[in-house]
Amino acid sequence: MENNSIMNGKKRIKDTILLCLIYISALFAVGLLAGIVIYVFIRGIGAISPAFLTTVQSPSRGTFGILGNIVNTLYIIVVTLIIATPIGIGAAVYLTEYAKPGKIVSLIEFTTQTLSGIPSIIYGLFGMVFFGTVIHLGFSILCGCLTLAVMVLPIIISTTQSALKTVPLSYRTGALGIGATKWYMIRTVILPSAMPGIVTSVILSIGRIVGESAALLFTAGSAYILPKSLFGHIFNAGGSLTIQMYLSMSKADYTNAFGIALVLICIVLLINFLTKVITQKGTQKR
Amino acid sequence: MADFSAIAGSLTKGFPLEKHKAKSENRDFSIFTKGGGRKSFSEVFMKWVFTVCGLSAVAAVGAITLYVIISGAPAAFKIGLKDMLFNTVWAPSAAEPSYGIAYIILTSVLGTAAAVILGVPIGLLTAVFLSEVAGKKTAAAVKPAVELLAGIPSIVYGLLGLLIINPLMYKLELLIFANSATHRFTGGANMLAAIIVLAIMILPTVINVSETSLRAVPNDLRAASLALGATKVQTIFKVTIPAAKTGIITAIVLGVGRAVGEAMAIILVSGNSVNAPLPFNSVRFLTTGIVSEMSYSSGLHRQALFTIGLVLFAFIMIINIVINKIIKGGGENGK
Repeated sequence: MENNSIMNGKKRIKDTILLCLIYISALFAVGLLAGIVIYVFIRGIGAISPAFLTTVQSPSRGTFGILGNIVNTLYIIVVTLIIATPIGIGAAVYLTEYAKPGKIVSLIEFTTQTLSGIPSIIYGLFGMVFFGTVIHLGFSILCGCLTLAVMVLPIIISTTQSALKTVPLSYRTGALGIGATKWYMIRTVILPSAMPGIVTSVILSIGRIVGESAALLFTAGSAYILPKSLFGHIFNAGGSLTIQMYLSMSKADYTNAFGIALVLICIVLLINFLTKVITQKGTQKR
Repeated sequence: MADFSAIAGSLTKGFPLEKHKAKSENRDFSIFTKGGGRKSFSEVFMKWVFTVCGLSAVAAVGAITLYVIISGAPAAFKIGLKDMLFNTVWAPSAAEPSYGIAYIILTSVLGTAAAVILGVPIGLLTAVFLSEVAGKKTAAAVKPAVELLAGIPSIVYGLLGLLIINPLMYKLELLIFANSATHRFTGGANMLAAIIVLAIMILPTVINVSETSLRAVPNDLRAASLALGATKVQTIFKVTIPAAKTGIITAIVLGVGRAVGEAMAIILVSGNSVNAPLPFNSVRFLTTGIVSEMSYSSGLHRQALFTIGLVLFAFIMIINIVINKIIKGGGENGK
């Protein structure tokens, strides 16, 4: 047998080295995640207590709690989604059902892709100038929500768009064939069939909103008081969990920062789990 | 028939929606609704609503570009573009203020480059592991880990960098500069620490996009290569990766975008004073420069910060255009 044949089953050194590198890289990536989660858990679990989750911090009494920030984060999620979801779904419907391939579609697709590439700090600057100064919202939850709505728009558009594309053509021909109008077809056939994808896009957006900090710092501010009125609160400043975490970090209050980090990681875990469940349900149906 | 279609036509004038001339190749369902019965008000109204929604992304990018330029340009003219871009002294609150951002730009460019050089090989090899080497069960266990890594808020990475990487860097610093009289100790908050955090943060992006493109490589190519006697590793590096080149380049460029734009993860890790971008110097990036001074700046200083934003935006737009070109080029080659 010759040297360079695969028949003699000789392992090449170069191959072995490269294979080792591949395994090491994968181990590194997984180890990194495990390390991060375990480290945050160990350092953060000490800070978590009923008082931490259910009170508002009081510098005068020296107590710390994140209830105000949790409420603000919920406000930001809900209001942002109320603004962004209809527009995003509408844009996706336009792209898949109405638009003809051409300059406008490629322009919309390019700008959607650009939006998803713009860093959050630029969104923060834009939100501060446009929604804060030009529209006079100042530092308010609404200002932050409008900024974040622009930011999550590409997520909703592209996820919904790919969900709409998986709706079989026969559904459309069937609906139109029995005399449905286009809007009736979209409302009763297309959107319900694309529901899992739309829900996924909403959950992905929640993930992005929960983790956002740079875009909120100059738009929603950093207040932590509880709302006095249900709707009036959106015109107040309100810091999210991430903003409070940044403030705690800058004050070298690492215990509480880790407590918030743990809460955030739990939310991210929950979101990933939900996305998984919904996508699996969606694929099982087909 | 005429009434409402005419209205719709005038409403959407300028957009060739009503021109049914261009028959599309891929996804045009208009043939099913064309002709015949008259369109009710709700049909036309909804079409209009969807068109407006569709153009929202265009409007958003337009507004962002406009306002970033409007707020960033004045300072560039007042100070002089050359004085800003090529001057290295950033001292906005000095008696004779100086607004040089050369070091800040250089830090962002070099920091991003170093992070990409560190992060891309690891990310690419992990993607190879997921799509080529690992069994289905292993891949199913590793994939969620990567997804979770992508979902962790950047501020959490910042906290970990501050408490894990910075002390390590400080030890390294003490070791290297033990006998140096000129070195200013940073306590570990330096460029190298920020690079490591950025390299970790771009991993999920690089892994996900490269893996998708590796999986899209047709199996025939792998089979052909193996049948010709190439080993598995040779097939991966000489056939599969070159075939997935476009996707991998997109992954790298997306990683660059993520690294350039990251602010909150590195603001406390990088030391945050304006210095030459050397590994053990406390440095300031374009992004961290904006965040750290925006809250107390005013007047020309604040305008100068917006100019930094404009520079950052210019970088991002270049990256986006590059990605767009790659994807389009790849699509044509693929067909």
